[in-house]
Amino acid sequence: MTRTPENRDAFSVLDRPNSYIGKTVPRPNLDRLMQGRGQYVSDIELPRMAHVVFLRSPYAHAKITGIDAAAAKRMPGVIAVVTGQEIAPVITPWVGVLSHLKGLKSAPQSAIAVDRVCWQGEAVAAIIATSRAAAEDAAEHISVAYEELDAVTDMQTALDPTTSVIHPALGDNLAFERNHDAGTVDAAFAASDEVVEAEFIFGRHTGVTLEPRSVVADWNSAEGRLTIYQGTQAPHMVQNIAALHLGLQESQVRVVCKDVGGSFGIKVHIYADEMATYALSKLLRRPVKFVADRVESFNTDIHARDHRCKGKIGVKCDGTITAFEIDDLTGIGPYSMYPRTSAIEANQVVNLVGGPYATKNYRARARVVFQNKNVMCQYRAVGHPIACSVTEGLVDLAAMKIGMDPVEIRRRNLIADDAYPCASPSGLRFEQLSHHAALAKLIKMMDYDALRAEQTTLRARNIHRGIGIASFIEVTNPSAAFYGVGGAKISSQDGVAVRLDAQGAVVCQTSITEQGQGSESLTAQIVGSVLGVSMDRVRVILGDTDNTPYGGGTWASRGAGIGGEAALQATKVLRKNILDVAAAILQSSSGELDIVNNNVVNVSDSAPRIELSELARIVYFRPDTLPPGIQAELMATRHFVPREYPFAFTNGVQASWLEVDTDTGFVKLLKHWVVEDCGTIINPQLVDEQIRGGVVQGLGAALFEKCIYDERGQLTNANLADYLVPMSGEMPDIDVGHVVSPTLESELGAKGAGEAGTAGAAAAVTNAVNDALSPFGTIITEIPLTPQIILTALGRI
Amino acid sequence: MKASAFAYARATSVVNALELLAVYGDKAKVLSGGQSLMPAMNLRLISPEFIVDIGELAELRGIFVKGDVITVRALTRHVDVLRSPEIATHAPLLRDATSHVAHPAIRNRGTLGGSLAHADPASELPACMVALGATVIVCGPQGERRVPAQEFFTGIYETALSPQELLVAVELPVARKDSAHFFHEFARRHGDYAMVGLAAQSTIVGGQFTDLRLGFFAVGDRPLLAGAAGKLVNVAVTPEVLAKASVILGEELDPQEDQQATPAMRRHLAQVLLQRCVSTLLSRPDLQGLPAR
Repeated sequence: MTRTPENRDAFSVLDRPNSYIGKTVPRPNLDRLMQGRGQYVSDIELPRMAHVVFLRSPYAHAKITGIDAAAAKRMPGVIAVVTGQEIAPVITPWVGVLSHLKGLKSAPQSAIAVDRVCWQGEAVAAIIATSRAAAEDAAEHISVAYEELDAVTDMQTALDPTTSVIHPALGDNLAFERNHDAGTVDAAFAASDEVVEAEFIFGRHTGVTLEPRSVVADWNSAEGRLTIYQGTQAPHMVQNIAALHLGLQESQVRVVCKDVGGSFGIKVHIYADEMATYALSKLLRRPVKFVADRVESFNTDIHARDHRCKGKIGVKCDGTITAFEIDDLTGIGPYSMYPRTSAIEANQVVNLVGGPYATKNYRARARVVFQNKNVMCQYRAVGHPIACSVTEGLVDLAAMKIGMDPVEIRRRNLIADDAYPCASPSGLRFEQLSHHAALAKLIKMMDYDALRAEQTTLRARNIHRGIGIASFIEVTNPSAAFYGVGGAKISSQDGVAVRLDAQGAVVCQTSITEQGQGSESLTAQIVGSVLGVSMDRVRVILGDTDNTPYGGGTWASRGAGIGGEAALQATKVLRKNILDVAAAILQSSSGELDIVNNNVVNVSDSAPRIELSELARIVYFRPDTLPPGIQAELMATRHFVPREYPFAFTNGVQASWLEVDTDTGFVKLLKHWVVEDCGTIINPQLVDEQIRGGVVQGLGAALFEKCIYDERGQLTNANLADYLVPMSGEMPDIDVGHVVSPTLESELGAKGAGEAGTAGAAAAVTNAVNDALSPFGTIITEIPLTPQIILTALGRI
Repeated sequence: MKASAFAYARATSVVNALELLAVYGDKAKVLSGGQSLMPAMNLRLISPEFIVDIGELAELRGIFVKGDVITVRALTRHVDVLRSPEIATHAPLLRDATSHVAHPAIRNRGTLGGSLAHADPASELPACMVALGATVIVCGPQGERRVPAQEFFTGIYETALSPQELLVAVELPVARKDSAHFFHEFARRHGDYAMVGLAAQSTIVGGQFTDLRLGFFAVGDRPLLAGAAGKLVNVAVTPEVLAKASVILGEELDPQEDQQATPAMRRHLAQVLLQRCVSTLLSRPDLQGLPAR
C-alpha cells in the first residue's frame, strides 16, 4: 500500500520536475573507486610515520607476571616497545555501560592489558617500528611470562556458583538482565490448543570487512592537536571518546574518515588497539599507523550473535497465536564494548520477538554474561536475526502442530495494515507498517502455490526441497532513545550544509559517512532534486569533523532517513535564498520563480531567466549591482532528528527456496525473495543492493559463518580458509520487491534499508530446511546449518 | 602478517636450482606458484632461510603427448591444464579435478608440480595422480628418479622428495577408448579444501568394470587408492556387491577430525561418493540412494 503524506508544500522533492528521487543513478564516487583513487587509511603515508604491531595474548585468561622487551628494543627499525603500564599515564581506561540499560555492569578496560589478559588476542604490548615487518620481527623477541587462569568459555555455565568470576569486583559474571512481561501470558498458554517449545542456537560470527580496521593517529604537539585518520562509521563519536580519554578538548581532535572498505557495525565501536594507537602517537610525538591483519581482525573485531534462546508459542486450532515467551542467553566476552555496550543485542531480542504479530501476550527474559572470549557487540541488524529466527521458527512450529500452511498462519496473525499507529507487545510504537501487503506481494513474486506443487512432485523422486517464510520488523532512524538517553555522547541528529559556489556548483557537507552503501549518492540526489540542479554539479563532502556539521554518522540504518532529511531541509533553505536573490535581480517575486536544470525559470511558462552560474557571479563579484539592502546568503545549514517516534520501524518478509541433499547434509540455495518497506526509496538500485548484501550476510550466518572456540577459549578458525564467509558461488538469485509507506516524521519519508536483508534471511533458510526435512520428522533450530548438523539430525552419522 | 626476512635466488636453470638446493638443503624452500608457500610464510607458520624461485624456468613448462604417455612438466599452471586440449582428450579426469582447485586467481598462479610437492592430503591433484597411476619424475644430485605416484605421497605435506631434489614432471598414461572417469568432492563452498573427494578412473567393458582405480582424498594423511575397488571389478555390480564394497571402504579409511567433519562423517561421505561414482560410471541410477552402509 502507498500513502501520500499530507501537508507537503510545493517544494516536495517527490514531485519536482527532473527529480532524482526514486531513480537509479550511478554513484558519483564510482569512477574514483574503480580507478584506484580511493583514500583508505592504508593509503595514507605521513612523514616520520611509524607502524605499530600489537603482541597479543595466546591465553584466554592469564596473569601477566613479566614482560621482557630488551631484545626486541635492540632489533633493527624498532622505535619503541610500550606495555600497558607504560601507556596508562597517557590514556585512561573506560567502562562500557549506559544508564538506560538498568543494572548493566562492566569492568574498566585498558588500551593495552595491565597485569591480566581476559581473552586470546588482547594486546599485551605495542611494538612501534619503521615498518610493519620490522615490528613483527621484533614482536617475536618479546618474552611475556603468563600465569594461566581458569577461562570462562561456556555461557551456559558462566553463572554457576562453581564457575570463577572474571571480574571479582563485579561479584558475578552477569553483565545484564532484562525481564519483560506484557498481557496475560500464563492465561493465554492455558487457553491455547497447542503450546510448542524449542531452543534456538545461534553461532558466534563476525562481520569480515574487506578492509580491516585501520587508523593513523598524528599528534601535532606544536598545534596541540591530534588528527585521527580512521575507517569509522561515527567520526564525531571517535572525536569525543579520544578527547575524553587522552585528556584533550574535542576541539583538539580532528577525525578524518574518507573511504571505508565495509563496516557492517564492526567499525562503529571503540577498540582498545585503536585507543592505544592514538595514545602512542601522543607519547611518541609522531604519526603512528595501525592496520589490523586478518588474523587479528578475527581475534579482535567484535563478534556477534552467540545466543541460546528458549522459545514458547501458544496457538489455537484456528491459527490464532495466543502468546510468545522467550528466555535468551548470550555471552559477550570479558568486557561490555565501549561506548555502545554489549547489552544492546539481547535488549533488541527482547524488544523484537513477536513484533510483527497481533498478540499482546509476551514474556521475556534476557541474560548477558561475561566470558573469556573476544568481545561481542553490535553487528548489522543487531538482535534482529535472533528475534526473527526465534519468532518465525516458533510460528512455523505452531503451524506444523495444527496442520496449517505457514503463509496462512501469518495471514491470520500479522498486525493488520490498517491498525496503525499501534504498539508491539514489548511497547515499541509503530507508525505505519505493511505486513499484509508485503506478504501478498511476496507470495505473488515467488508463485507460492506453484512451488508447493513442485515440492510435492519432487518429493516423490526423493528430492527434498523446502520453502521458508520469515516476516520481520526492523529498527531504523533511531532517535536519542538508542544511546543519548543512556549518557553516551553519540549524536542522533545529523547536519548538512549546502552552498552555491561562484560558478553555480553546489558543495554539500554532511555529517553522515560513506562505507560503500551510497551515502554520497543519495545526498547528491536529494540536493540536486530539491535545488533543481544536475547531480554533476553537486559535490558531497563527508567524514571530517573539521569540515562537516556535527552528527551521528552512518549506522543503525539512519543515513538516508536522518542525514537525507537534513540535506533536504538545508537545500530547501538554499533554494529559497537563491530565489530571493533571483527575484531581486530579475525584478520578479520568488513565488513566480523556480529552479530547473541549473536555471532560474518562470513558474508560469518555464522560460529560463538566469543560469545559476550567472546568479552566483553577480552575488559574489558584483553585489554592488544588487538592489540596496540585499545581503545574499548562498549557504544554508539544517539539522534533523526524529522527535515523534523513538525509531522508524520498517517491515518486510523474506522467502527461501532450497534443496537439502539428505545423503550428504548439503543445502543448495535455489532462490531468495525479499519484499520490504523502507518508505520513500531514493535510489532503487542502492536499496536493492543493500537488501541483497544484507541477505548474503544473513545467509552466511545461516549456513557458513561461525567463530569456533575450543574449551580453553582459543579461537581455532581465525583465517579465511577455515572461517567460511558466504561466496557468490553458493548464493542464490535474490529478488527484491517493495511496498512504500513513507514516514510522516520527515518530508523525505525515507526509513532505513541497510539491515532488513540480514534481519530475516537466516530465519527463512532455517524454516525452509525444516520444511524440506518435514518427511523425516526432524526439526533443526541451530545455525549455521552445517552438513554435520543436518546429517546428525537425520541420523545418518 | 609479513614474512620474516629470507634470502632469495632466482634459479636460471634446473641444474642451477639443484646446485642451490644442494647448498641450502632443508633450509631452503622452492617457490613455484607460491599459492601455498607465500600464505604460510606470511602467517609465519614457516620461516625458510632461503627461497629458490624456479618461476622463470621455461624448461619446466609444457604438456607433451608421446605415444601413450602424457608428460606434464612441473611449472604448468592449473589454468593451463584446464585449457589444454591434450589434457581434455587424454586425461579428462585431471581437467575435471583442476576446475575444483580453489579459484581462478589461484589457478592462474598455482602449478601442478607445486601442488604435488606440497602434498596437502585434502587437495585434488595428488589423488588424481594416484588414480591415474602417474609417475613422478624427480631430479636430484644423483640425476633423475622416477617415483610411482602411490609411493610419492608419504604423509601430511610429506613426499618422497629429499630437500636436494626438484619435482620436474609427471607422466600420465593416455586414457583408453573404453575408459571413463568420475570426479566429485564435497566442499562447503566451491573452491574450498574438500571434506571428502574422489578421483576415479575406470575401464568398462560390457557394463562391468575391468579396471577401477578410486583415489580418495581428505580421508587420511595422503591420497588413498581404495582397495574396495577390487570388489567391483569383473563382477556384475548389484546393490549387495556395492554395499559390500562400501563396508570395505569404511574399514580401510582412517579419516581425521577437523572443523568440517568428524571421522564418522568423512567415512559416510566417502561411502556416498563411492555409490554415486559407481552409479554414474555404470549409468545405473538404481544403485543411487541406497543406504550408504
